[in-house]
Formats: sequence, C-alpha cells, structure tokens
Amino acid sequence: VVTAAELLASAAFAEGSHAQAFPTFGSERTGAPVISFCRIDQRPIRIREPISEPDALLVQDPTLLHQVDLFSGLSSEGYVLINTSRSFEELGLGEFATGFRRERMLTVPATEIAREHLGRPLPNAVLLGGFAAITEPAGLVSIDSLASAIRERFPGKLGDGNIAGARAAHDQVAAQIGGLARA
Amino acid sequence: VLRQLEGSQAVARTVAICRPEVISAYPISPQTHIVEALSDMVRTGEIDPCEYMMVESEFAAMSACIGASAAGARTYTATASQGLLYMAEALFNASGLGLPIVMTVANRAIGAPINIWNDHSDAMSQRDSGWVQLYAETNQEAADLHIQAFRLAEQLSVPVMVCMDGFILTHAHERVDLPTAEQVDGFLPPFEPRQMLDPADPVTIGAMVGPEAFTEVKYLMHAKQLEALDAIPPIAAEFERDFGRPSGGLLRGYRTEDAETIVVALGSVLGTIEEVIDELRDEGVKIGALAIKCFRPYPLEEVREALAGAERVVVIEKAFAVGAGGIVGQNVRLALSGLVSRVYDVVAGLGGRPITRKSLRSLFADVLEDRLALGRLHFLDLKRDVVEREFERMRRGKRPGPHAENILRDIGAVAARAH
Repeated sequence: VVTAAELLASAAFAEGSHAQAFPTFGSERTGAPVISFCRIDQRPIRIREPISEPDALLVQDPTLLHQVDLFSGLSSEGYVLINTSRSFEELGLGEFATGFRRERMLTVPATEIAREHLGRPLPNAVLLGGFAAITEPAGLVSIDSLASAIRERFPGKLGDGNIAGARAAHDQVAAQIGGLARA
Repeated sequence: VLRQLEGSQAVARTVAICRPEVISAYPISPQTHIVEALSDMVRTGEIDPCEYMMVESEFAAMSACIGASAAGARTYTATASQGLLYMAEALFNASGLGLPIVMTVANRAIGAPINIWNDHSDAMSQRDSGWVQLYAETNQEAADLHIQAFRLAEQLSVPVMVCMDGFILTHAHERVDLPTAEQVDGFLPPFEPRQMLDPADPVTIGAMVGPEAFTEVKYLMHAKQLEALDAIPPIAAEFERDFGRPSGGLLRGYRTEDAETIVVALGSVLGTIEEVIDELRDEGVKIGALAIKCFRPYPLEEVREALAGAERVVVIEKAFAVGAGGIVGQNVRLALSGLVSRVYDVVAGLGGRPITRKSLRSLFADVLEDRLALGRLHFLDLKRDVVEREFERMRRGKRPGPHAENILRDIGAVAARAH
C-alpha cells in the first residue's frame, strides 16, 4: 500500500505535477491494516496533515470494508475503487453506493489479474492501473506514466508482469466507467 | 536534479555527496532508512573512501564518531528518540571537545509511554548539549541543511544536529532537487581539522581540566556557539547563490510585514500553518508566521526583531518542559521581554497526533477573539473527557493503575486488548 502511493506520486511527478505520498506510520508488519495517502497538485504541497477528505479511495483489501470506517470524509462526488471480483451489491455496499455517483463506484479484480500476470497475488500496481482509468481523463496520471513509474521501481520480469496487469486493470475499469456512464 | 523520492533517501544521497569518511550509526525508527541507504552506498563503493562502522548502540555510535572526528575524518551519524538519549553523555563530549560531527535527528517522541511517532521531545531534551540545532521544514531543506551543516561544523569546529520530523518528512515521498557532487564540492571544501590526533604531531584531546580552567574552556564553547549566529546567515546566502534556492538561515518570516498576530514554530508543521495563514489573510486577518530554523544557538536578537511589531504571538511547539511550560515559548518570551506582545504557549503534535488545518483555525480563532488564557500552557486537541475520567479514577481508587493502559481501554484502542 505504501509502495502504491509512492508509485502514484512518482507517476504524477513525471507528468509535471507536485505529489506527496506518505503512509500512516505504524509498527509496520505484514498483514496489519495500513493506510497510505497521496496528494497531487499543480502547486507545491505544503500541507502535512493526513488526508481526511479524499477525492478518491482505493481499497486493496475488501475484507476491511466492514471492519473499519473507510468511507468517512469521502464526498458525494468522490471515487471509490475496490479490489474485488464482486459487485458493490454483493459486497453489501449497494445502499451505501446510492449516496454517490454510480459511475464513480468502481471495482476491479486486481488480485486475480495479478495472479494471472505476475503469478502472485500482489494487487498493488494492478489496482493503480485501474485507478489510472479514473485519473487519465482528468489529465492527472496516465497509464503510460504509471507504467514508467512501475518500471523504475521494479526492473525486469517483475516490472513486465506488473505493467501488463496494470494495463489490463486500466482497460477493465475504463470499460466499466463507459458502461456505467451509459447506464 | 529534480527527483521524486522519500525524504530519507534524499538525505542519504545528499550526505553521500558531502563525502563523509566515517559513518557510524545504530538503526532506530524513523531514522532507519537513512542509515540503511548510506551503509549500502558505502558497501557498493558509491561513497569512497568511507568506513561504515557497525556498532552495538547509539552510545557506541557517537563514541566512534568522536574518535573518527578527532582523527581528522569527516564524520556523520543519525539517530532519533531513545537513541539520542542513549547518546547523551557522548553528545556532551563531542561538543565539549569541539568536534565537527554532523548528525541527523529524525525527530520522534520519547517514552514512556513508548511511541515511535513524531514530536520534538528528543531534540529538545538535548537543546543544551552544546550542539547546533537546525530544523528542516521540508525534505528539500532537510537535504540542503546537511551540506550547510558540514560547512558550518567544520568552519567553527562545533557539532551540528539537523532535525527533521520523523515519518512526516523522513517517510514522505515528494519532489526534491538533489544537488550534484560538483555543486557540493564547490560549496564544501575538504575537511581541515582544527585539532587532530596525528602520530607525527601528537596532542591530547580530552585532557582533564580542573577548577583552574574549566570555566574558560566552557566559556569558549559558548562563544563559539554564538559565533554560529554570525556564520549561519552568510552560509545560507552563499548556498542560495550556488544552488539557486533559499534553505536554512536563522529565521524565516511568512507574511509577517504588517502582521498583528505571528505564529512561531519549528519544522515541517510550518507548511500547514502557512496554508491556514493564507486562508485567514484572504478573510482580512493580519496574521503571519515565523519559522525558527536555528534553535541552538538561539537567535535572540533576530527573534526579537522579527516579532517586535506583533500584538500577539502564538508559539506552537512539539515538546514541552513538564511542570514548567513551553520550551520554545520560554525562549520567545525571553526575546520579547520588555515588549508588549502577548505570548500564547501551545503544545501540539505530541507522539504523532496530526496537526490539522481545522485545529489550527480553531486555535487562531480563540486567540484572535481573546478566548485563550494567557500565562498557561495549552494542549491542542486535548481530549478533556479522557483526562477527566482518569483524574476521577485517581480520586476514587487506592490503586487506579497505569494511566496509559487505563486511557487506551477508555478510548477503545486495539492496543489495550489482551491478545
């Protein structure tokens, strides 16, 4: 999750934006719930407080959905992208989603895509690829800049797999947005 | 070279091109990424010649630095929190001997209760150890200050601490303009030790000094520290000329020209404060900020001059003197003695509690509307109900138990549960 925020910040930086990524700092241990933040702006970023009102929320582990109040602070114009092969309704979030714009409530099976392209269930970069389908039309982070950031961080085969997974997720989410917008 | 990277990496890469010859450190959060990166660069020969000394503790780390510096090597270390306390005895030796060691302090709270998050308790506890203390507002400045720190340390033969907020800066991934080795070489000449353990010309460094001369040696320490107040501004000016951006110096004012209220702070919280000041300025409030960048030596005259026009001064600090009050606040008051300013002492951000724009806005509203009592220490975002409940428990029971655990249980924090 920490790496994901840093990759996103690197991709935004490559496009000329100012970006700030930082984790909620705990005694990091694998498996514990972790939150990481990323701010992107066209001006230098001076704020040093955690993000309490995000424009977009990426959920890497859907088992947290009903354990932690993930959505507090998210505005009705906000985006949600959940790593899951299920729908909002199947996740028990059908009613929740009605408070938001439907075409901004998105899912992508990032863990499965990662398994397919990486051979390992590491959804990090893949989920970001899905997110790029949201940021790209807004002129913020394109899938190509994200791919470059992934390449810089993970050279060789690991990078190839992550990039392929990210592109697959990007295409799926882009199609999903198109479908929901028409609906 | 503009790069997007973690603060710790920016500092490590900058220290590397300052050409340290000896690095000795013991890992502790949130300093770890800095020394990991440096040990790696020594191993791969990226920093060469340089010896990275593995040690068993912070006390040993600083002791090794003292030896290395006395032998004429450019010497660097980094620590935080309990690690800085564990160094305490050696810190006074380094400064007492006048050894130009540069150290990063990745500021973190001090236990008990144990807490790994950011505040300034560690550096503030050693404010009178004879080290120069510089505080970075951003990762850019943290990197830049290390170059200036070596220059200052070696010019005056004094040790220098570069303080950067743990996690908030060390673990933040953001844009930093990394200087090149050529730029640094042009700014920072090779180390010419003022004193050196040299077999060809033997001297004793660290002789015992009795009542006949102890005061004089200490007087010289004080005089040299005060010299730093004159040395820092030209070093910062030269840095700006060579590197094309302002960094360091003694103080930095933000929208203070006609300010009736000035907020004083150290370190990374200034960015958030500036955001709130811009909002309030848009609403017509005459408010500004003053960053103290060099806390030791204390730039008393400069602080006095910078705050002289203000009616109200709000000092926001991430540490305090238990049973006495604000530390920076007391220093600010000293600078303002005889002037009419009203000085408010506010402790904030202890043990990593976020300092938010919302809380700052509410604090400044209280100050501007005279709702905040003068002459007492205020704790930003203090959970009064939690404190009251614990006071009540103390009144009731003969053995109320440990505060930390009681409070964690009261607020339902996971850490209080038995596993």
